Amino acid sequence: MPFARTTDRTGTVFSWLCGGALAVNLVLAIGLVGLIGWHGLGYFWQASVASFELRDGSALIGEIHTVEEVPEDSAQWAGEQRMRVKIGNRDLYRLDFRWVNESEIASIEYPDDLVVLERLEWGNFYGRMRELRRDGEVIASGPQVWTRFGEVYEEKAAEREAVEALERGPIGDVNYAIEGLRLQRRRLEMAGDSTAGRLADVDQRMAAATARYEALAEELFAMREELKDTTVVMEAANGQTREIVVGEVVRSLRPNAMGTLASLRLYGSRLWEFVSDAPRESNTEGGLFPAIFGTVMMVFLMSFAVAPFGVLAALYLREYATEGPMVRAVRIGVNNLAGVPSIVFGVFGLGFFVYSIGGTIDQLFYAEALPTPTFGTGGILWASLTLSLLTVPVVIVAAEEGLAAVPRIVREGSLALGATKFETIWRVVLPAAAPGILTGMILAMARAAGEVAPLMIVGMVKLAPTLPLDHHFPYVHLERKFMHLGFHVYDVGFQSPNVEAAQPLVFATALLLVGVVIAMNLVAIVVRNRVRRAYSTSVL
Amino acid sequence: MPQAQTADVVLESSNLSLWYGSARALSSISLEIPKNQVTAFIGPSGCGKSTLLRCFNRLNDLVDLVRIEGDILYEGRNIYVPEVDVNRLRKRIGMVFQKSNPFPKSIYENVAYGCRIHGVKRKAELDEIVERSLRGAALWTEVKDRLQDSALGLSGGQQQRLCVARAIAVEPDVLLLDEPCSALDPVATAKVEDLIHQLKNDYTIVIVTHNMQQAARVSDRTAFMYLGELVETGPTQEIFTNPKMRQTEDYITGRFG
Repeated sequence: MPFARTTDRTGTVFSWLCGGALAVNLVLAIGLVGLIGWHGLGYFWQASVASFELRDGSALIGEIHTVEEVPEDSAQWAGEQRMRVKIGNRDLYRLDFRWVNESEIASIEYPDDLVVLERLEWGNFYGRMRELRRDGEVIASGPQVWTRFGEVYEEKAAEREAVEALERGPIGDVNYAIEGLRLQRRRLEMAGDSTAGRLADVDQRMAAATARYEALAEELFAMREELKDTTVVMEAANGQTREIVVGEVVRSLRPNAMGTLASLRLYGSRLWEFVSDAPRESNTEGGLFPAIFGTVMMVFLMSFAVAPFGVLAALYLREYATEGPMVRAVRIGVNNLAGVPSIVFGVFGLGFFVYSIGGTIDQLFYAEALPTPTFGTGGILWASLTLSLLTVPVVIVAAEEGLAAVPRIVREGSLALGATKFETIWRVVLPAAAPGILTGMILAMARAAGEVAPLMIVGMVKLAPTLPLDHHFPYVHLERKFMHLGFHVYDVGFQSPNVEAAQPLVFATALLLVGVVIAMNLVAIVVRNRVRRAYSTSVL
Repeated sequence: MPQAQTADVVLESSNLSLWYGSARALSSISLEIPKNQVTAFIGPSGCGKSTLLRCFNRLNDLVDLVRIEGDILYEGRNIYVPEVDVNRLRKRIGMVFQKSNPFPKSIYENVAYGCRIHGVKRKAELDEIVERSLRGAALWTEVKDRLQDSALGLSGGQQQRLCVARAIAVEPDVLLLDEPCSALDPVATAKVEDLIHQLKNDYTIVIVTHNMQQAARVSDRTAFMYLGELVETGPTQEIFTNPKMRQTEDYITGRFG
């Protein structure tokens, strides 16, 4: 048979090899995201609260986190199951978690009256409500406490919000104004402008602002006192009681008495708090909004800096420079730049941007604030510029590839109509290369969003009191330090005083970081596809 | 050639030689292109006809290592002297390429492109130029309802006529056509050839073609080139029926090529 089928062994093996490689990659990627997702999303779910009675007569209340076999090397308990229980009540026990071996447990129950209080400080409290007190007098006790607590809580939550609004709003504004006046006065002094009128004017405004501050501070103090007037007495598992200020309770729950709908609502509200609120308790509780904001803003600034530089450099290399040893050397240099460890860029950014440029800017324009540095210290601008140095090779390489892909005949078509080289590049070549350039930008943004090491020395901080964007003129404060999701993972996971309690938060933060990167990439991809449709060169 | 005809000569090359590095692509070509006529360059592949064509709008300037000797006169003035503004020259001498090369833009923007870079800004004026050019390239009726669509969605023949429209939009004197039909099917080829017949009234046309029948159909004068040399030139009728040179006759009768 001339056309008998023969088996193409090499081909078959090769196709399996390719498929296998892809499969391994997919499994790893899906596994990673799945792991992060599972643990991260589990963080917001409220588990039931168990009440343990142990064989030695003591009692425990807490959430069962994990159940596992006791490691082999423990001779006494080998082969037994043990569980990690979140017992909270850090103010009583100092630790949030403890291990309980199965053989120690006499009984486990899930009574409806167990209460979890999420607090502003000291983490969760697990126990039972005993009394509600106002100004030291009992206003409810026994079973009525829970219902009464709900009403009081609403009232106190509103008061707490008012306190926070006062701190953030008027008091923040007055502080900002006082600082501005202080600098203005200093500037006048330094300029030797002793015109009595102007100094006196500043002093007068300063006095007014200080008076206003004092009035506000008094108001704040009174409000804080009022907030503290109502307390709830909680009884922990071992009978210890604790008086907790209602105004410091973020959320109160009876997890065992909640239905599915209530659980889901709680889940949603925690998720929302996570993405929209500021952090508490050295970042291990509360939300991550400042970190999300910082990450996104830094990536945006980085993109604005890197896009023009990368594209212009690529244009010169591809369109204007004469191909030769010099250009090849530059190209190799650019490619190698992509391989330099990121921390090296961080050190460079610290030396060049922060100390040299920032220090000079301070001396020239912000001398009145010295020795406190303004731009001469890490800040979001320097961090963004450092990252744009880090990512510029990616953009240059991608833009060069994009430019090279524009057919010569299209350029000639433009030149043959009498267009100059610049007009041809600007109106024909660049639009046609735009999708390739945007692909480079997408890669650069993804790289920048995930980068942590260099940022630690050029402006990223564990906790930034203010966002780099606010309602104070000039609205964008590029000199401010900022928070970042990647650093948050590192900080909470490895630097936190309460690592075990924070562990699930690390997953949630990592998931959020992945989500932010994906969201930014999606936006960029949508933009690219629009550009690609408009300037498609695929037919050529 | 009688002296009386020189008044009508638009382009003229005299003793034109061209090297790509050390390889000589054109040797001492002297040729006259008469006004409002179609002149066809024929010859086997690699004989230098496209290279010669690209000398007329100085597009060879862009190729590395090209060296040119001799002169090309456009309306009696040498275009290979430093004072010449190449961009203005190319505006006067338009070109359509072998492979259609519309810009990755809309149909409208493709045609308006040349006028925009030469400073036409008013929308109404551009609209008018686009319509006139597309009508001139016999494409208007096919695309008038989708001017904002991508030019790359057009068929090959339409794209080539769009390139013609784009070239005539800047109102050149001369149109250089570099094998404009080589990538087209017979129907599209016929349309482009019809177009050449119409354009002859307003433009001087120089066409490079592989296809001898096409040269016979569309051109008034034909130049036969072989190995970088101009073998013979004359009225098309004469070249095809009564060639003076042996090589021309061999090529036309299909003995080689």
